[in-house]
Amino acid sequence: MIAFLAKRIGIGAITLIVASMVVFGVLEILPGDPALLMLGMNATPEALASMREQMGLNEPVLVRYLGWIAGLLAGDFGRSFTYSSPVIDLIVERVVVSLPLALIALALSTAIAIPVGIFSAARRGRAGDTVSMGIAQLGVAVPNFWFALLLVYVFAVWLRLLPSGGFPGWNAGIWPGLKALILPAVALALPQAAILARVTRSAMLEVLGEDYIRTARAKGMPRRYVLWRHALRNAMIPVLTIMGLQFSFLLAGTIIIENVFYLPGLGRLVFQAITQRDLIVVEGVVILLVASIVLVNLVVDILYAVVDPRLRTRS
Amino acid sequence: MKPLKSILAAAAIALAVSTVAPVDATAARTDVVIGMVLEPPHLDPTASAAAAIKEVGYANIFEGITRIGPDGQVQPGLAESWEISDDGKTYTFKLHTGVKFHDGTPFSADDVKFSIDRAMAEDSVNPQKQLYSAIDTVEVVDPATVKITLKHPQGAFLWNMGWGEAAIVSPATADNNKEHPVGTGPFKFESWAKGSSIKLVKNPDYWGEPVALERAEFRIIPDAAAAIPALLSGDVHAFSNMPAGDALPQVQADPRFKVVIGSTEGETVLSTNNKKEPFDKLEVRQAIAHALNRDEIIAGATAGLGVPIGSHFAPHHPAYVDLTGTYPYDPEKSKELLAAAGLPDGFSATLKLPPPPYARQGGEIIASQLRQVGIDLQIIPLEWADWLEQVFKGKDYDLSIVSHVEPNDIEIYSRPDYYFQYQNPEFNAVMEELETTIDEAKRNELYGKAQRILAEDAAVGFLFQMPKVGVWDAKLEGMWENWPLSVADLTKVHWTD
Repeated sequence: MIAFLAKRIGIGAITLIVASMVVFGVLEILPGDPALLMLGMNATPEALASMREQMGLNEPVLVRYLGWIAGLLAGDFGRSFTYSSPVIDLIVERVVVSLPLALIALALSTAIAIPVGIFSAARRGRAGDTVSMGIAQLGVAVPNFWFALLLVYVFAVWLRLLPSGGFPGWNAGIWPGLKALILPAVALALPQAAILARVTRSAMLEVLGEDYIRTARAKGMPRRYVLWRHALRNAMIPVLTIMGLQFSFLLAGTIIIENVFYLPGLGRLVFQAITQRDLIVVEGVVILLVASIVLVNLVVDILYAVVDPRLRTRS
Repeated sequence: MKPLKSILAAAAIALAVSTVAPVDATAARTDVVIGMVLEPPHLDPTASAAAAIKEVGYANIFEGITRIGPDGQVQPGLAESWEISDDGKTYTFKLHTGVKFHDGTPFSADDVKFSIDRAMAEDSVNPQKQLYSAIDTVEVVDPATVKITLKHPQGAFLWNMGWGEAAIVSPATADNNKEHPVGTGPFKFESWAKGSSIKLVKNPDYWGEPVALERAEFRIIPDAAAAIPALLSGDVHAFSNMPAGDALPQVQADPRFKVVIGSTEGETVLSTNNKKEPFDKLEVRQAIAHALNRDEIIAGATAGLGVPIGSHFAPHHPAYVDLTGTYPYDPEKSKELLAAAGLPDGFSATLKLPPPPYARQGGEIIASQLRQVGIDLQIIPLEWADWLEQVFKGKDYDLSIVSHVEPNDIEIYSRPDYYFQYQNPEFNAVMEELETTIDEAKRNELYGKAQRILAEDAAVGFLFQMPKVGVWDAKLEGMWENWPLSVADLTKVHWTD
């Protein structure tokens, strides 16, 4: 187990280093002068030169890269060009929105998808299966931003039950904060749930065809027990893989939903930073996301070992 | 499944109960939520050109010695009056007394001197440094009087001092204005939830006329599709300039809201690289002008709300001359001119477009109009960063479409390094004379002459003036109809009930 973990952590570290070089390199090649973007078309050449000096853009690439890495290791992510506040503060401000949102969406998605997947697999070929897989098909096909707008119109404009967007901050209270995250979480969760339900169903079907399932039923075990205790556990590996991928997506790939609900999330932060050539913010956020994805993969690998004891002794 | 059901039921009840809130309908409201499309990068108007900074802070948090009013007129600001010497070079400003910055420190002429010196310094990052180009010395006569001497008389001096970038700041807090802006205005900065909203509160120690609002919140809503539900659900009360698009008729028909179409200082033009072939030939530029059908472009790019222009000047300005008829829409004439220029079969060129919808949609319409006369345009969409790099800095382009939003910016055509690469000594002479002319009537005459030169030379393709689509709650009064500056001046805003 230790060797297994050590190997995984080692691969993770190498991934991070390579990612940092790629991110830094790509942003160097991108055309566009951050100083000109900040000061606008009317700025004098002296003001531009002054700004470039302030931003530290005149030093050679290698010096800047090493300086950045050194800062990262010390916990200093640098200062944003556009906002002038420390990048770590910006990231924390956004993470407190994006992380709960991702967790709620993942929880919702799992809570819907796994029972539906099991239900469908158990009633394979019958009406229940066809109907739920038909709805799942719709869920995969429907664009999530359109669905999000629909939710806004129904719940915010027509019924006035929930806010149309924005985030009041956790300081305003836990419930107001959660209220602002409900619609975005639903908009994110349902399409993900559709995908996860289909994956669960096919994994379950594969497992349900196995001999040990027939043995368990032949032994007289109740249907429900067999489904949840034996079949599901063995079907969990592909399901866990997808859940891990979905969580990574939910953390950073939700820029469109964040736009529709004007949420101050990580996706919008990175997007804005790219358009404004705020290189330091982009580098900081991307490296953090790579680190979190490496972490999620590590957790999923551990969960594999938890679910399947056979994997624990293998390295 | 049972526990799940009861959890869901409990959640539904909790949701329904929490939305019941008692509403006090007796007094008129004193808070307002204004929607903004772009988020300011920070809140210091003296350190970035972003219009969003001034939208939040102008006249609310920060003030200058003069101030621009809703009709574009210069009004007294922190200076209650001024005297101009006979040679037009010395301005003596008498400042208001009893003025305090938001941190409690008193305001005096020293702060005016500090602000101006800071903007003019070698290492200043003020994006509008040229506003101060005519200033020679700033002298503090006494705490309430400041004397500014210019190198030469400058007609636009008082107007320049009313810009957002000329805000008066305090030496104690100037460096922190990006995150915690401190000014002298009727509203104090309270908090900024990045990416989300900026909150202001009323300044109880304000020196001037008290404002009606107690609280104001600027909420950032970048997506046009999200702006409409935000307004309809009552989460946002007003947009100074709403990206309503196709949904505008729906909002106009709703009696809960007022839609006020005004004008801005945004001259939208088909930028032309005057030094690149074949655009260096007058006949080619005239041919392009004859091929443009402004009404079609306005219908497509601004939902019919833009106002056609024939030169680089805002139609609401008293010095405006209507030159839209200089080269009227005439495709046949266009083809004749191209033939006369030696291009009977037309030519191909690139059209590099920045992101805004008016550019992308306008660009497609223009491309099809020019194709009618044999000019084949390849549309190249660019991000702002790339556009600034390639077109603006590198002048590597044929044609582009951009709205120039700085007020009274006709002088850009005289700048030797400007991306139009237009150089006309006759025009430059008019600009030089304008710089030193103070008499209003003479200035308007010169502006007229400048407009005519640009129109006849077809320096660029003059398209339309950007409209300001103001949408706000029908019970809200005091919002500006026009945008002589892109600001959200809340000093006169109040709720009627």
